[in-house]
Amino acid sequence: MITVSDVTKSYGAGGSRNQVLKGISLNISDGDFTVILGASGSGKSTFLNVISGLERPDGGSVVYDECDITKLSDSELTKFRKDNIGFIFQQYYLLPNMTVEKNVRMGADLAENRDYREIIAAVGLGEKLKKYPGELSGGEQQRVAVARALAKKPKVLFLGEPTGALDEKTGRQVLDYICKLHNELGFTVVMITHNQNIAEMANTVIRMNSGKISEIYANNRQKNAYEIGW
Amino acid sequence: MIIGIKDATKLIGITIIACCVVFVCAIFLNFNIDIAAMKDEITTASGAAMYDAIVSTGKVVAAVSGGCLAATSAAMLLFYVKNYIDTHGKELGILKAIGYSNINIAKHFWTFGLSVFLGCAFGYALAFLYLPTFYELQNADRLFPEIRARFHPILAFLLVCLPAIIFAILAVLYAYLRLKSPALDLLKERREYKTKSSGRESPDIPFLQNLSRSTVRGRKSLVFFIAFSAFCFSAMLQMSTSMTHLSSKEMAAMMLAIGLILAFVTLLLSLSSVVKGNAKTIAMMRVFGYDHGACAKATLGGYRPFAYLGFALGTGYQYVLLKTMTAVVFADVAGLPEYGFDWKACAATLGLFAVAYEAAIRGYARGIRRVAVKGVMGE
Repeated sequence: MITVSDVTKSYGAGGSRNQVLKGISLNISDGDFTVILGASGSGKSTFLNVISGLERPDGGSVVYDECDITKLSDSELTKFRKDNIGFIFQQYYLLPNMTVEKNVRMGADLAENRDYREIIAAVGLGEKLKKYPGELSGGEQQRVAVARALAKKPKVLFLGEPTGALDEKTGRQVLDYICKLHNELGFTVVMITHNQNIAEMANTVIRMNSGKISEIYANNRQKNAYEIGW
Repeated sequence: MIIGIKDATKLIGITIIACCVVFVCAIFLNFNIDIAAMKDEITTASGAAMYDAIVSTGKVVAAVSGGCLAATSAAMLLFYVKNYIDTHGKELGILKAIGYSNINIAKHFWTFGLSVFLGCAFGYALAFLYLPTFYELQNADRLFPEIRARFHPILAFLLVCLPAIIFAILAVLYAYLRLKSPALDLLKERREYKTKSSGRESPDIPFLQNLSRSTVRGRKSLVFFIAFSAFCFSAMLQMSTSMTHLSSKEMAAMMLAIGLILAFVTLLLSLSSVVKGNAKTIAMMRVFGYDHGACAKATLGGYRPFAYLGFALGTGYQYVLLKTMTAVVFADVAGLPEYGFDWKACAATLGLFAVAYEAAIRGYARGIRRVAVKGVMGE
């Protein structure tokens, strides 16, 4: 369970101070598929950075079970991310001079996971182990990023607009792989998006506006990646 | 203006190396020209032997030190031009996309020659200030009539203006070649990465070891600069120890100062390039939970063997150079102590180098802590 209490975050100082998060509180249950929905500038990326431990809030707490990550030192926070968190970004951020297999080992080695090839196969890239990112399509690169994140066996997977740079077909494919692996492995998913349709895949939807939560609701029926609109 | 003066000032490494090159070359060549003018006034046999030795030394020092350092400056300049194009791909790609020709963009790279001009001019001025002391030292035994330091415009042109012009042209030509990439590649900041398996891949190597190897392979020019910095440290420090016996304390101090400046400037610039060039990789590693020690080991650790190789080469170089100088150039000069390899100086220099190198690595490893992890997600 992730418990977020009264989190605030501002950038800048004096007159140009911009409060991006204005006292956010919520709970995310273990194994949940949560989507944070909001327009550009709503604060959703900052919120994701804060709850994933990439950035410290100005105030409030972010508690994973009984561990308040806002009180951890830098090295403790790094270890926390190593043991618990996986990330998938819109821009993939693969290492361009390493093969698919070596990129995935970036995550796998942290968890001493020797079975990382199974995950590569699970995202449909079993035949492309020796390919370099430059030889792959955008969708394939994002699937490598998915495999890399999951190879470290995270308890919580954070996704920052994972389909933002993909076309509809490959976007649906990537979401489908994520959903299947979520159902199979049971980790918690927290995804940010501005796409209302993608939110229909989640258990829980958190809508953000101007640094505040404007709405939280649960979907009665989660749609799969091929049922949602685009 | 595509390349600003501010960009040219970032080439401080080249400025410092150019300064050292011109300082060394200017004092020896100026002395050679001035002493040549009074060759007929040297009447004693010992004076004539010393004259030949000094003239030969001047030529050898100017050619070897000047040549090596000029080549290093050129390599560093090419590295900076490539790095500038890599890091400003978007701006340059836009210019190409809207119709600027390669040569139109490349010609702005002449400003990189300014850094060479500044270094050369400063080195020449320093040398001119030091000349009277140097002349006095060279003629301490009064083997020659009094030698006055004179200004030689041709030398000033050859050591200050000509290098600046050559380096400016080199920067423009190299930029022109690098800019031949399609505009889209520049816009998307596509770099030249290896994209085909060599068949030598070994998948069982741990990720960190793999990353360390690919970091080194991906930036071979930095291997050269790091090895070169160790080479300078090793050669110049050991040579300065020998110079205390073979020449004078002042000469030894000059070598020591130049060696330390070159070694540290090159090493620190190279290490900061390694960290900056791998900032995204480091940020991703931190995001994934690799501690800063692992990040430092993977990005900086791969260069260590090359640093110590550079040290070994520097040791060999200084031994061969001094042995040749004493055996050939100064063979006829009376009272010169016999030169042999100085094991104590070698061990002490190695110890100092190990401490300095590891301290620099630790310093940059600390800098890795400051690489912003959230920047990755924010892009």
